[in-house]
Amino acid sequence: MLEIRDLHVSIEGNPVLKGVNLTVRAGENFILFGPNGSGKTSLLMTLMGVSNYVVTQGSIRFKGVDITHAPMYERARLGIGISFQRPPTIHGLPTGKLVELCGRNRNVDPKALAKKLHFDAFLDRDVNAGFSGGEIKRSELLQLMAQKPDLILFDEPESGVDLENMQLVGQTVHDLLEGEKKEGSLLEQGRSRQTCGLIITHTGYILQYITAHRGQVLYHGKLMCEANPHEILKHIQQHGYQECLRCLSTETPLQAIVKS
Amino acid sequence: MSLAIDNFHFDGSEVGEKIQNLGLLPHMDQVRLLGAGIDVHDTHVAGSFMQQNAEGIHLHQKNEGIELLGIKQALKKYDGLPQHFWKLLDPNQDAITQKAHDVLHGGYFVRAKKGVKVTEPLQSCMFIKGNRVGQSIHNIVIVEEGAEVHILNGCATAHDDEEALHLGLTEFYVEKGGKLTFTMIHNWGNRVCVRPKTAGIVAEGGVFQSNYILLKTVGDLAMYPTIKLDGEGARARFNSIIVAPEGSQIDAGNRILLNAPNTRGEVIARVLTTGGHVINRGFIGAYATPVKGHLECKGLLLGGGSVHTIPELFSQCDGVELSHEAAVGKIAQEEIEYLMARGLDEDEAASTIVRGFLNVDIMGLPKQLQTAIDEQIETLNAHNAM
Repeated sequence: MLEIRDLHVSIEGNPVLKGVNLTVRAGENFILFGPNGSGKTSLLMTLMGVSNYVVTQGSIRFKGVDITHAPMYERARLGIGISFQRPPTIHGLPTGKLVELCGRNRNVDPKALAKKLHFDAFLDRDVNAGFSGGEIKRSELLQLMAQKPDLILFDEPESGVDLENMQLVGQTVHDLLEGEKKEGSLLEQGRSRQTCGLIITHTGYILQYITAHRGQVLYHGKLMCEANPHEILKHIQQHGYQECLRCLSTETPLQAIVKS
Repeated sequence: MSLAIDNFHFDGSEVGEKIQNLGLLPHMDQVRLLGAGIDVHDTHVAGSFMQQNAEGIHLHQKNEGIELLGIKQALKKYDGLPQHFWKLLDPNQDAITQKAHDVLHGGYFVRAKKGVKVTEPLQSCMFIKGNRVGQSIHNIVIVEEGAEVHILNGCATAHDDEEALHLGLTEFYVEKGGKLTFTMIHNWGNRVCVRPKTAGIVAEGGVFQSNYILLKTVGDLAMYPTIKLDGEGARARFNSIIVAPEGSQIDAGNRILLNAPNTRGEVIARVLTTGGHVINRGFIGAYATPVKGHLECKGLLLGGGSVHTIPELFSQCDGVELSHEAAVGKIAQEEIEYLMARGLDEDEAASTIVRGFLNVDIMGLPKQLQTAIDEQIETLNAHNAM
């Protein structure tokens, strides 16, 4: 589904990604770890095509199409969706209207979708105007529900969400990635499972709600240490990223983390 | 800006004929009035008044709760309206006001009777037809105790490209607990000079809301209405949506004086220029306590033109809450990209943002008018703005 090769990215001339290689297959959820400033958000922004992130080397392919320099809307129409961490406010544009726009030519029912997120009271409010952190998250999820992307980029889906709404947000992320629970044979369920996710998390709460297939640590603009995401999380919780730093300075970091 | 008043003739030589209903106007004139939000079929209105050049050519009162008269008729009936005529405006204020004082063509007198709540708007059109026509009108609006009324004022010229001068004086009186909504839509031409002079006073618990919509080119427009909140708990709000295509010269502002305790004023302006030059003023003054006021001037530049916002706050008391928010710039790239990430291309994203910027939902207009305005904004989006 997604193939990133030797990706180098700069912001205003400063390199932020220095040779990222990553393949995410259909139906797979990939978890990105890494300390603040390591380039996680930059990777997501680059995949979406945000203008400040300039690819200086390497390539991005999605569904076999080279999208390295494609405009954002082409990527979106091809099936990439993103949940932004700090989206802008758009005055005069009601949230419900934006949800309709996200559905493009499909007929979406913003009200019905919003009810699932207990967000129907916000449909008439301007996009992100005065929204709290948790409300922004729900608004982003609602837009993704209408958009139905095949690859979803989540930038810390759980940050700012209160305990009461965590279950709701977690369940929605699950449904977006893995489909709502339906009756049917395992084979049928397997077939419907094509969506993949690239997810940034610091707290790891979101891992309780989704199947986390693979994970890696992004550090100083490079991806390191592929391992089971739960293992990585446990390791970071116990030792912090300082330990990663020490480990990465050894010659075979991958083996080091597996051993620990 | 100096203005050569003498270039225009105020002799009333091009008088229109009286008509029974607005549907009898020439088709082209009807189209121009529709552009100013006027319902020529008189269907969803409480009454209609039309002034063409120097003459009131149509007056149709449908709702008994309102008294609607031509101003000259009202002056005769009420012995010169000593309580209301020239009580808030001063003829010596400037040359324009002096001229309007010396030459009175007409205008309307509206009295919403005590306690009567009229839901359908009362519409009035100020229409200018011919070249170098000067029009001088004086309106008086009285909302008696507890009454509610919505006046829809549509102004237009018959032609896009002829010279004209409109002098329009209006005095508003909102009595105790009354509510006046005054919506004004301008559809002038690129050689029309417009000089409204407006003042109003609101008594205890009264509400004044002004909606101003200008989506078409106007040669030269200057106005700065003043509303005095003299009664405790009175409120005023000005919403303005101004679009300035190339050739527009606009100096528009709104002034609210908070003269009594617990009064509240808001001035909200959105200015979009696609080549025109706009000065957008706002003034909220606090002369009592406690009071609240908020000014908001937002300007968007889409290629050429200029926006100069001048928000002013004044207070001579403590215990007041006055604030303002002003911003001028082009569409934020971040907003465009946010929508592009949802699949909208760059043009779709930009026009969605512009449509939002010009959103008139907050004005609470009648549905039909709202739809008409939305349609105009759509065509603006398609032709000019992008």
